[in-house]
Amino acid sequence: MLSDTPVLTRRALGGLSLAAATAAATGFRPGSARAQASSGPIKLGILHSLSGTMAISETTLKDVMLMLIDQQNAAGGVLGRKLEAVVVDPASNWPLFAEKARQLISVDKVAACFGCWTSVSRKSVLPVFEELNGILFYPVQYEGEESSRNVFYTGAAPNQQAIPAVDYLMGDNGVKRWVLAGTDYVYPRTTNKILEAYLKQKGVKPDDIMINYTPFGHSDWQNIVSQIKAFGSSGKKTAVVSTINGDANVPFYKELGNQGVKATDIPVVAFSVGEEELAGLDTAPLVGHLAAWNYFMSVDTPDNKDFIAKWHAFTKNEKRTTNDPMEAHYIGFNMWVKAVEKAGTTDSDAVIDSLIGVSVPNLSGGDSTLMPNHHVTKPVLIGEIQADGQFNIVSQTPGLIVAQEWSPYLEGSRDLIADWRRPMSCGNFNVKTGKCGGVSKS
Amino acid sequence: MRAVASKAERAVTKRVLARFVAPLLAIAAGGRGRSRSRARAACAVLGLWFVFAQPARAQPTGAELLGSSNFADIQRGVEAVAGSGDPHALPILAAMQEGRLYARGDRSLAAKSSDGSYTDPLTGAAIANPGAVKPVRLNNNVRRALDAALGALRLFSPDPGTRQIAAEAIFKGRDPAALPALNRAIGEEKEPGVNRTMEQARASALLLKNDASDTDKLAAIATLRDRGDIDARAMLATLATGQPPAVTAAVAEAVNAIDLHLRLWSWLQNAYYGLSLGSVLLLAAAGLAITFGVMGVINMAHGELLMIGAYATYLVQNAIRAHAPLLSGASLLIAVPVAFVVAGAVGIAIERLMIRYLYGRPLETLLATFGLSLVLQQGVRSIFGPTNLSVTTPDWMSGAIGLGGLSLTANRLCIILFAIAVFAALQAALRYTSLGLRMRAVTQNRRMASAMGIRTPWIDAMTFGLGSGVAGMAGVALSQIDNVSPNLGQGYIIDSFMVVVFGGVGNLWGTAVGALTLGVLNKFLEPVAGAVLGKIVVLIAIILFIQRRPRGLFPTKGRFVEA
Repeated sequence: MLSDTPVLTRRALGGLSLAAATAAATGFRPGSARAQASSGPIKLGILHSLSGTMAISETTLKDVMLMLIDQQNAAGGVLGRKLEAVVVDPASNWPLFAEKARQLISVDKVAACFGCWTSVSRKSVLPVFEELNGILFYPVQYEGEESSRNVFYTGAAPNQQAIPAVDYLMGDNGVKRWVLAGTDYVYPRTTNKILEAYLKQKGVKPDDIMINYTPFGHSDWQNIVSQIKAFGSSGKKTAVVSTINGDANVPFYKELGNQGVKATDIPVVAFSVGEEELAGLDTAPLVGHLAAWNYFMSVDTPDNKDFIAKWHAFTKNEKRTTNDPMEAHYIGFNMWVKAVEKAGTTDSDAVIDSLIGVSVPNLSGGDSTLMPNHHVTKPVLIGEIQADGQFNIVSQTPGLIVAQEWSPYLEGSRDLIADWRRPMSCGNFNVKTGKCGGVSKS
Repeated sequence: MRAVASKAERAVTKRVLARFVAPLLAIAAGGRGRSRSRARAACAVLGLWFVFAQPARAQPTGAELLGSSNFADIQRGVEAVAGSGDPHALPILAAMQEGRLYARGDRSLAAKSSDGSYTDPLTGAAIANPGAVKPVRLNNNVRRALDAALGALRLFSPDPGTRQIAAEAIFKGRDPAALPALNRAIGEEKEPGVNRTMEQARASALLLKNDASDTDKLAAIATLRDRGDIDARAMLATLATGQPPAVTAAVAEAVNAIDLHLRLWSWLQNAYYGLSLGSVLLLAAAGLAITFGVMGVINMAHGELLMIGAYATYLVQNAIRAHAPLLSGASLLIAVPVAFVVAGAVGIAIERLMIRYLYGRPLETLLATFGLSLVLQQGVRSIFGPTNLSVTTPDWMSGAIGLGGLSLTANRLCIILFAIAVFAALQAALRYTSLGLRMRAVTQNRRMASAMGIRTPWIDAMTFGLGSGVAGMAGVALSQIDNVSPNLGQGYIIDSFMVVVFGGVGNLWGTAVGALTLGVLNKFLEPVAGAVLGKIVVLIAIILFIQRRPRGLFPTKGRFVEA
């Protein structure tokens, strides 16, 4: 037994050094230092998990970025230079995101990165991008309460998704009683805090709000669904606002279907369920449950039809769905191209400055503009699940909504604004104290 | 039919005139600003109305509203069609509910058949060239109106099942307008069960009727109280305010009675949930009870064997859909032996290629099998893609069965029965087959068994294969309640080890009792403490329990137990 131990150590060490050698071989390519020079291809980093738990969502985003880069190259590239994708796999491992980000910026010298899905992965790479002055486009709807000079948030802030959805249920459906159900981590907790404050401001009594958190990957929803049914039996119209994330959704919806919770009785509106998540589900019992996004595959615009056709051709699969974060990358990528052409260089500082105010068409109809708070204006769409797994759009905001990166409904962020134009150049300017970085503690 | 339509058209004409002629007169009298623009709108509407007032055929009143893009209009259209008394209302609304109804350019309707052709819902004749059609739009409000309207129309269907569904729909829709139809239907109804639902539907609608007498209301409250379920409670609760004192008191009393009744049932319901979670845990852990419990191999790739079982189910379903669609109802039953064989074969391969070199070295086994689990996950991800795959649930496993105040979800019930069957089969295999006898002999005293002529390496491989095969069968069940994705197994590996260690390593009965205890404990804690805290409490309880009894609930006894 004991005599075997050194063998194991040697083997393990061998494995480790092999891995290190591979990393070095792929990372330190000769000539990579010249990549940022004015000739040769412009490199773009793609920082999405291709293995581990988040691969289910993020792999698609890697594919869409490769497609967009291909198309741009076919159209002649940017500034007369070709684009080259540098794909890395952070493997759903948050510290690895930071390592890979550092490698992309300082070794591969990428001009910009497109990546991250979970808020924790974004928080993990944030110091790296700020330290090395990189550019990150973050494509997923998130909880807000952040604005960095080096990050461009192309997904929705809470007021571009959650609040319009609640307004829709309150207005059109007369919902008076609310279940806020979420997975137990930062996005659902912050979103629910904002929603709770918003609902109370609208006159909803604390008794009429039920908040429920479940662990990641929760698979047994029997009690919770029956609790929701009981909560909905008070005689007031009840709805569920779901910030349940990822893998837990399929068992949740299956249980809803089995216990016969119909959308006509207790509708569920979800912020993390899109076409991709529904692909693994029999949607017939779920018809009428809702989702709020800034884009649906079923949006009827010529741009979207064209995008879907190109996506199917690129993936060689007629069944691949498109979803909201893909559209966010579409917007972010086109904004980056436009800003680089405006600045005439890929230099970070110049591009960061020229990105503000850039306006490109989105796929839902309208032109999205990058605002000084580094967030994007977006229309908000409410869709009902159909039997074919697509969404039937039942409501759309008349115009585009400007993101509130600091929520006015939260005590700590009420007085903060972000404006990255000179002379303010600040992500959390306190309008009460007139100082930058003055986070007022609640 | 023509008469009905033209009468309705006359009514519309009258209304439109009343509403828009006044502003026209106002403009003639020199009206200013706002009324002028209103008049302009009136002219435009009148013009439009003349375009649409003469549809191709006479449709039921309100049918032209169904082609609107405004949901409120469509909802009014549904109500108008349902209330028109037109014999075509039922086929039109039924087609609409099934999503087969389309509006043509002239606002007449077309129903799509399953072969993609269009027919006229009024005449049943085929429409050769429907022109540009768009589906009639639905949202939850429209769907609710549609359910209630179809309920009223189907009350007189010859099929009692349809009448039951119709009465249930009116019960939920609670539209006082359905009362006359209900009264007539109750008079004609012969089936006692359907009759009871109709009475309940009448009670729910009556309570919303403003001019109903107190006696009627009290009788209705009593009917709902007798129904005693969560829907009845919800209906009664809406009446809490704005009623005469006698009614309010009766409502409060009825709600309390139902609450008490529901609370009693909810204990049983929680016990069922616990049993169901316990059976899932038992299924997930049964294979591990063999490989870890009996053989002592710490197999971190056990979760991936569950996943392989679930993917085998997916492949079997696809194959059946493609080659033998008639068998699709039985696809899960066919998947069970397939998953057993596939996962068992993978298990034997793992044992032969890896684990047999690592016997007696638990730490290395742990690391090696953990690495293997990552390899298997990524392998499946590369082959099938990272997204969830859709495993369909057969009809006999969907929905719920009501039993008193209990609602037993069919898929969970099937899994409980399946878990019992798997457990019994496993016990029988260990106890009554010659392979089982050899397995027990080898695990109890390897050298003695070897001396008796048993090929111990072969038995090791078979034992590991059996445990893996059982995990594969569990995967079939898990495909019905969880994601079929490469990550499926990760969610169960910790729980499985917990169950085996808690129950007592090496004891199958211990695993069963452990799984059920943990399931029931979890489900009774969850409503009180919440899912996150509930899990923590269970974990702490197990740690404390293992401190006191390191060998679990049912420790294995005997000389062969290692010190």
